[in-house]
Amino acid sequence: MSKISLIIQREYLTRVKKRSFILLTFLGPLLMASIWIIPIYLSGFSEEAKVISVLDETGVFLDKFEGDENLQFVEAVPQLKAAKENLNKLDNYALLYIPKPDLHVPNTAILYSKNQASLDVKNYIKGVMKKEIEAQKLALHGIDPETLLSIKTNVFISSIKVDDSGNEEKNSTEISMAVGMFSSILIYFFIFLFGAQVMRGVIEEKTSRIIEVVISSVKPFQLMMGKILGIALVGFTQFMLWVLLTSTLVFGFQYAYQDELKAFQKGQIIETSQGLFPDAPVETIMDETADTQQQDENIGFFIDALLAIDYPVILGAFLFYFLGGYLLYAALFAAVGSAVDSEADTHQFMMPITIPLILSIVMAQFIITNPHGSVAFWMSMFPLTSPIIMMIRIPFGVPYWQILTSGLLLIIGFIFTTWVAAKIYRTGILMYGKKVNYRELWKWLFYKT
Amino acid sequence: MLFESKNIVKRYAAHTALDGVSIAVPEQSIFGLLGPNGAGKTTLIRIINQIIGPDEGELFFEGRKLQPTDIYRIGYLPEERGLYKKMKVGEQAIYLSQLKGLSRADAIRELKIWFEKFDIGDWWDKKVEELSKGMQQKIQFIVTIIHKPKLLIFDEPFSGFDPINVHLLKQEILNLKNEGASIIFSTHNMASVEEICDHISLINQSKTILEGEVESIKNRFKDNIYEVEWLGDKEKMKSNLPVFLNILDQGHSNGSNKTKFQIEKGSKPNDLMKFLMKDYDVLGLKEILPSMDEIFIQSVNASSK
Repeated sequence: MSKISLIIQREYLTRVKKRSFILLTFLGPLLMASIWIIPIYLSGFSEEAKVISVLDETGVFLDKFEGDENLQFVEAVPQLKAAKENLNKLDNYALLYIPKPDLHVPNTAILYSKNQASLDVKNYIKGVMKKEIEAQKLALHGIDPETLLSIKTNVFISSIKVDDSGNEEKNSTEISMAVGMFSSILIYFFIFLFGAQVMRGVIEEKTSRIIEVVISSVKPFQLMMGKILGIALVGFTQFMLWVLLTSTLVFGFQYAYQDELKAFQKGQIIETSQGLFPDAPVETIMDETADTQQQDENIGFFIDALLAIDYPVILGAFLFYFLGGYLLYAALFAAVGSAVDSEADTHQFMMPITIPLILSIVMAQFIITNPHGSVAFWMSMFPLTSPIIMMIRIPFGVPYWQILTSGLLLIIGFIFTTWVAAKIYRTGILMYGKKVNYRELWKWLFYKT
Repeated sequence: MLFESKNIVKRYAAHTALDGVSIAVPEQSIFGLLGPNGAGKTTLIRIINQIIGPDEGELFFEGRKLQPTDIYRIGYLPEERGLYKKMKVGEQAIYLSQLKGLSRADAIRELKIWFEKFDIGDWWDKKVEELSKGMQQKIQFIVTIIHKPKLLIFDEPFSGFDPINVHLLKQEILNLKNEGASIIFSTHNMASVEEICDHISLINQSKTILEGEVESIKNRFKDNIYEVEWLGDKEKMKSNLPVFLNILDQGHSNGSNKTKFQIEKGSKPNDLMKFLMKDYDVLGLKEILPSMDEIFIQSVNASSK
């Protein structure tokens, strides 16, 4: 067996056998799945219905509060004082007091409750009152509600991408954003998490003084690359296990609770469309959802957009930038580890490594709103920022020549950082008890082998 | 010669670590590489192990130029040595043996033999961090020699061992030599140099200042000092002392005198005998050769001036 594969094997096996790895591998999916499952599970519980007594001095709203299985409205005793007392006695959730207005249109209400009333309840009451008041105002101005409804128009923009050969493709900015952001955050964490592991591994070998034994049998470069690749495999294993276990959990749950899920998904679609059109007033969305045809169109578009994502390109690009970014940074992390005697000394050298990473993730928020701007373009070309920035841009559609150039630059960048790191590494690992500065590192680059 | 280095030069930015150092290690011998701290020994050892390359000079192994693959025939126990703390002893020993070119099966077989020999078979599944420093040293020794190297390099091998294990280790080193290996042995412990080394090379300030067979070096450094055991009146002897003799030390044991004489150049031990035998009974005479300690200090001081 060749030396480097022996080293990869050791780096891999010692890490995946660690208790922390096993723990994280199982806890991660549990956490991720629970983010998804718990809300559904909780919604399955039928809560005790909240009873709200209504003291309506206007007499307009009382019968408009229809309530649902979770919310019941009852008429309160006529006096406010007595009604307040009853709030405690009858163990009601809240007392809604709508005073007789000074002006001719009532638009205020007071909600008395023992605990802070929930936003849902407030919004519900507000919605009902608003609708009723508006209806009254319309009547006042002699406008027929039917007429108004026919005037109301929902403008909906479908974005369709047309490529050079004239093929059309529905896409959704929101979904592109989500996919881009998710993959770049993954890459960011992966680089940090496993890059730091490379650094710690190098420091461990240095401080435990095994390094000299090992490099009397293998070349320092082989040891460094073996470590970087071994840890990459560890990260890959963890990632795959997470995907596998999370989807097993989620699909298992889906299968076991099919019925509850259907009910929940209905609600989710409303929420999702709300999320997609945050500017639209709540009322409009409610109207929209009432309009089933519109809703179907929405879902249809949503699915179309999901299908329109170029999965092979995104997945391929993700794997490439995932791996390329890791390799580029891991070499630098290894160099830092070799130059110091303990983890406490790493800070001064960590700065230039972490700055481009953090800058990319900060800039990501801006680039996502303008994925084809010049900042986005240059940052997606520069190898230290391209793994994160390009992944944000790709879901929005990036010309192939840009992807190829950026990929090529990343490969060149990786070869360059590895070359630099190898030079620093082979000198650094044998250097003890010396406070190293940048000038020293610069000199190491030119030592002869 | 099993191994030779010729005019090795290694320069660093601020200083020259080795300045034309040559050593020659004969087959089946123990070669002492001596020198004060910072003399350049570790640099030379790293060059032999091809961890770093020399700026000038040539290295020969079995008469031909040193090849990268020769590392499989060299075993190296560095002064700064350690093991992976979280790894199990057996696994780690197998890994390090495999790095030296053994197959997994061979490594396990050979390791089991050595673990039995050193009586540490029970440690196989323990983690390294659970072992004492001395125990770890034993494992390091085993993985250094496991691939039956032709050339062994031990840098301060006895540090961290108790006297019993030092003895055990010395025996093993001598055994290795008898089985055909050559050993480069770097140490500050001059007593062990005298005990086991056949040749030495003394490096100071990046240069070789002394080299050769241990016995001939000692002879080269002898100061014509003789210890005589005799009977008679010390004071009277002193007052009659001829000019070519100096008394360095006067001792007494079991009723007889033990006196160290230094004979001035030009005179012979016979002259000393003649002087003493004329008036006193001489029980014995032996030449006192300088210890390696003295030679070390004397040479280093002379070359540092």
